[in-house]
Amino acid sequence: MPMKIGTEPFFERVDRSIHDDFMRQAMASAQDRLRGRKLEATVGDDSLIDWELWRNAGEEIRRHTLENLDFYLEQLSESYAARGGHVFFAATAEEANRYIQEVVQKKQAKHVVKAKSMVTEEIGLNEALEAVGCDVLESDLAEYILQIDDHDRPSHIVVPSLHKNKEQIRDTFREKRGYTKSEKPEELAAFAREELREAFLKAEVGITGCNFAVADSGTVALVTNEGNANMVTTLPDTQITVMGMERIVPSWEELDVLVTLLCRSAVGQKLTTYVTGLSPDLEADSVDSPKDYHLVIVDGGRSKALGTEFQSALHCIRCAACVNVCPVYRHIGGHAYGSIYQGPIGAVLSPILGGYEEYGELPYASSLCAACTEACPVKIPLHELLIKHRQRYVSGGGHPKASEKLSMKVFGIGASSPSLFQMAKGMAPAMLSPFTKEKRIEKGPGPMKPWTEIRDFPAPSRDNFRKWFDEHKKKAGDDQ
Amino acid sequence: MQGTIQNREGFLNTIAERLGRQRKQSVNKPEWNDQPQFDVYKGATQDQLLDRFKQACEPVHTEVRETSVSELPNQLKETIMDYGSGSIVIGKDQRFVDFGLMPTLKPFDVHEWDIQLGQENIDKAAQANIGISFSDISLAESGTTVFLSDKHKARSINLLPYCSIVIVAKSTLVPRITQAMRIIDQRVKAGETIEPYINMISGPSNSADIEMNLVVGVHGPVKVVYLLVRDC
Ligand code: SF4
Repeated sequence: MPMKIGTEPFFERVDRSIHDDFMRQAMASAQDRLRGRKLEATVGDDSLIDWELWRNAGEEIRRHTLENLDFYLEQLSESYAARGGHVFFAATAEEANRYIQEVVQKKQAKHVVKAKSMVTEEIGLNEALEAVGCDVLESDLAEYILQIDDHDRPSHIVVPSLHKNKEQIRDTFREKRGYTKSEKPEELAAFAREELREAFLKAEVGITGCNFAVADSGTVALVTNEGNANMVTTLPDTQITVMGMERIVPSWEELDVLVTLLCRSAVGQKLTTYVTGLSPDLEADSVDSPKDYHLVIVDGGRSKALGTEFQSALHCIRCAACVNVCPVYRHIGGHAYGSIYQGPIGAVLSPILGGYEEYGELPYASSLCAACTEACPVKIPLHELLIKHRQRYVSGGGHPKASEKLSMKVFGIGASSPSLFQMAKGMAPAMLSPFTKEKRIEKGPGPMKPWTEIRDFPAPSRDNFRKWFDEHKKKAGDDQ
Repeated sequence: MQGTIQNREGFLNTIAERLGRQRKQSVNKPEWNDQPQFDVYKGATQDQLLDRFKQACEPVHTEVRETSVSELPNQLKETIMDYGSGSIVIGKDQRFVDFGLMPTLKPFDVHEWDIQLGQENIDKAAQANIGISFSDISLAESGTTVFLSDKHKARSINLLPYCSIVIVAKSTLVPRITQAMRIIDQRVKAGETIEPYINMISGPSNSADIEMNLVVGVHGPVKVVYLLVRDC
């Protein structure tokens, strides 16, 4: 599945999403829970002393690394190759896919298992592998659920199957895999465990993404909970890691800080169940380690952000904290973004990687309330980047398609008219859930201040956004 | 054997160009302004770390059994029985001898990892009920055990069996991931080749992908139990 998901125009996607009650409720409750856990594990954890210092540290490390990216990537390639691994630099998705196809064909491999693989979604690797006759199996539980449901689309960076309820999952398992048990999550997961265990043991090639590569030691770090990435990097004989070129740290010293920021911001855990450092293995007689290691480093449009006002977008560590506080995501859900990168970071990143033609309207899917910027553990000024996109877009950086003009009338007003902004501001109090204790809100006057300010707004009714959207859609239509 | 590197120069030249400068041949990493990681549990005694470690295990669904060096063989035997004994897999690890555990294991159906046997090791591990391993470094903050896995202390041992029993010596406790990564970092800087698989594990595998409900035991072990040994 490439970066683009769905073919409907933006406006229609939004329209459909806000009328999908299950989806909206699922998004809202997931946001509440993930955000609550994050607050508990960050500003709410006294043992960390001061979360702001961690954010500063994260920002400084990311800035330095990106400013010296050529050096650190060169160092990574040397250290990885010194351990016997092969490194391929791919300027485009096509180059990356071609190289991986060649590796797989040389091995005459038929069975591929994957884990943790957002960037492989972005480059459309599954289709490329299927084109050369491979079975490709996703092994993250959520990805597996989506894959067997006729390649359904992800709706959240961290929990991609968020839009599905357990009954739907049960029915899909029954229909596609002959599952006979109930919709209990334990039973569904146990079934997936059994099915995937066999696949792990028979796969010839394992493919993973990469949370962070460590430049000086030639290590790929994976941060996971299910254990599937460990299976994928243990059992198949050939190991391929695909990484976005910015996912790198100088050394294990910095890995420490970024892993801490990621685990706590993404899922509110001190550490995820598995934090694994995988480096090519020099020892020929190891039994349970791959025999052949490949690292594919993908540009795929990222370099277009370097040296521009959007460079800091590449600091992102994909924790989804910004997604989990976004009032617009809450109402329109992940699918409406039409990209695998969703929420505030998706609205910043998708136009960089995929261009304004395709994604120029996404920066308007924001109220500019700045909750995303406040939530970001590496301090990316997301709402400012959204404004910069809008400025570029309207000043000729993009050419809205005719079909998108209607949506521009609704969302295009965002920069000049405060309607959507007001709406979202009104919605924000509902987003502060009960477990967000007063003491935490007040802690650290800097980052929490905007929250305390919007807290005073009256709580809106649940249907406000939909009503507002319908009215504005009608008005925009009348103006045509 | 040295691996290959393809397409590098053009790729990195593009990056340097975009950054508006020549390629960098060297970079001085700055002293980071903020380093809050070193202040977490700073100055804590080994006993305080032990308490913290025990507390951290509960939320990660991991049972902790505390014991002394002399009681460890008995405790291990009891734990194996409590978790249904059956087939067991262990690494080739001198610590089983040092802690006097080999006689304890003898009556059980134990497979000791042996690289000469190749694939048979993996088959045994995949069918085993219990894997037993030693934590190399243990993180008090998160209840984490760190495994510096190599070809003898194989990665499959705490991954494939249904239960994972981990022996955690009190002397291996450090405050958090910071100290573990610092140890690894210093070895890299000293030019050592680090282990190909460094795994930091906090409890049994789990997932919250189905309606955000936590399910414990997905692909890795379903049960994890720590034998915490007061060796200092
Ligand atoms: S932009 Fe920041 S908050 Fe959003 S996913 Fe990236 S790192 Fe997390």
